[in-house]
Amino acid sequence: MLNDQDRIFKNLYNDMGSDISSSQKRGDWVNTKEITDKGRDWIINEIKESQLRGRGGAGFPTGLKWSFAPKEVGSRPHYLVINGDESEPGTCKDRDILRFEPHKLIEGCLIASYAVQAHVCYIYIRGEYFIDGQKLQAAIDEAYEKKLLGKNAAGTGWDLDIYIHYGAGAYICGEETALLESIEGKKGQPRLKPPFPALIGLYGCPTIINNVETIAVVPTILRRGGKWFASLGREKNTGTKIFCISGNVNTPCNVEEEMNIPLKELIEVHAGGVIGGWDNLQAVIPGGSSMPLIPREKCETLTMDFDSLMAEKSGLGTAGIVVINKDQDIIKCMARIARFYKHESCGQCTPCREGSGWMWRMLERMAKGDATKDEVDMLGDVTNQIAGHTICAFGEGSSWPVQGLLRHFKKEIIERNNLDPIVQKKNNIPYLVDQHLLDKKNA
Amino acid sequence: MSLRRPAKIQPENFEFTSSSLEAANKIVSKYPDGKQQSAVMALLYIAQRQNDNWIPLEAMKYIAKFLKMPYIKVYEVATFYTMYNLAPVGKHFIQVCTTTPCMIRGASKLVEACKEKISKNECELSSDKSCSWMEVECLGACVNAPMMQINDEYYEDLDKEKTIKILDQILRGETPKPGSYRGRINNEPENNRKTLMDFKNA
Repeated sequence: MLNDQDRIFKNLYNDMGSDISSSQKRGDWVNTKEITDKGRDWIINEIKESQLRGRGGAGFPTGLKWSFAPKEVGSRPHYLVINGDESEPGTCKDRDILRFEPHKLIEGCLIASYAVQAHVCYIYIRGEYFIDGQKLQAAIDEAYEKKLLGKNAAGTGWDLDIYIHYGAGAYICGEETALLESIEGKKGQPRLKPPFPALIGLYGCPTIINNVETIAVVPTILRRGGKWFASLGREKNTGTKIFCISGNVNTPCNVEEEMNIPLKELIEVHAGGVIGGWDNLQAVIPGGSSMPLIPREKCETLTMDFDSLMAEKSGLGTAGIVVINKDQDIIKCMARIARFYKHESCGQCTPCREGSGWMWRMLERMAKGDATKDEVDMLGDVTNQIAGHTICAFGEGSSWPVQGLLRHFKKEIIERNNLDPIVQKKNNIPYLVDQHLLDKKNA
Repeated sequence: MSLRRPAKIQPENFEFTSSSLEAANKIVSKYPDGKQQSAVMALLYIAQRQNDNWIPLEAMKYIAKFLKMPYIKVYEVATFYTMYNLAPVGKHFIQVCTTTPCMIRGASKLVEACKEKISKNECELSSDKSCSWMEVECLGACVNAPMMQINDEYYEDLDKEKTIKILDQILRGETPKPGSYRGRINNEPENNRKTLMDFKNA
């Protein structure tokens, strides 16, 4: 288990209070000026050396992203945008940062804004987190009062204004370009990339977008050094991460742990074990609902980081672990996730708009045992028609969980849905009636 | 995509009150000159708060004029985002999360409780017209599942009895205490904490 000294979010459970004086006791805002005095290149290099990867799901190297910002500010100002639209089912880590460690985030915003030369930072928070957003706003007001924000913020000589922008219940706004559209006051429909936001982003200006957790760990990395951060976890999957363990466990919780920690340790030690014992485990969704599930056999030895989960054809995503035990109907669980995606599709690309509903309806019937044998393969076809055929990654996000289900639980689905519509004619399935048979009837 | 339609019965006019107007102007000043369209989402929230938790079409027209943008653009935004209520809801608006992490911990029991206490169907006012409820997608408090949101506050770690108790309080006009209903502190593992122990005892 990680040492408490190596934990970045020491106030994860709000033992000490989130106000500025208690945050300063934990080391926030202590020597911000010393950090910025070392210069932009030093900051970006240190982040590169720490091998910090974005905590929002895609795991893109943060230092590299920052280096994409133009070196000189041209006619268009630069912006920093913080993505706090956390809506991935199974994930609730950013909420705790917003309400309990707001000063880590605000200081991170200042350092990141300095590194990418932005004078304005927007923090996009999902509308449901209104109360938590208010807490962050209070922390921002506090920082303005202490001259840690505004003109010559924290004595660094850098001017920075931070504004909160509330979303209004659209999952898709967690996608970076949809988020920019939303800040611009439009529907949250993703943009085509390229151009990438680092060059043409908010209001057509260079924009760097990072997740809340990514930015909140930056000040600690710079204080303790990129080497320290890189010494945790393993190569290219370094540092610590807040894991959210939910579902059928005895003590669901958020916990900050080292990358590459065994999944079994997370579940058994921190989450108090699976309800009904480890043998009662059915499957685990390792990184928020859009990551394919992992069956029990593999959970024994699985370690939690970007690359090892990729090797299992899943992903770390947001590290929202949903534990599903054998008391649950796995097809129903996935049907519910498919319903989520059907509800949240923005409607821009046809494969996703139509396909997400198609997957949901099929899975609902499969959960009831009303589907036919050949529909199982058809469902696989539908997922392949969606993934990779959309503007943003929502297509993948909605079809991967279904593909994961088909990969690991095909036997269960077929057992329940062994109906053959042509031979048995038990059920009249509306859109599966063989068109040739219809023709004969009419002839 | 979710299908959303504005209410059939609409008020004839809408105007910001002076306090709403002040808040609106403050929000517009957050965004660069000429980019006042960015404020549309926040202004819709203000209109919603002012108008008993829902947004009439007149409010969209008013906001369009206020921000000097086409009405259809405001309409687009208001119908795209699900947190804008386009039809009247109760003063106490209860949203029960039923997405998978909550579902596997028994969110359907919360829905049952709402059906018993408030109204048989979603988005239907209770008999005293003060409450309505609906199922929503993930509210982002998965380790506190099952949970529900009443207006802005989160009520976490619920079961059917606790939900009924909360709803009774609401119906009596009281304000129940938000947060965990199993008495745990925030998102810590209940009675099983192994990290940050020094700080807990400090």
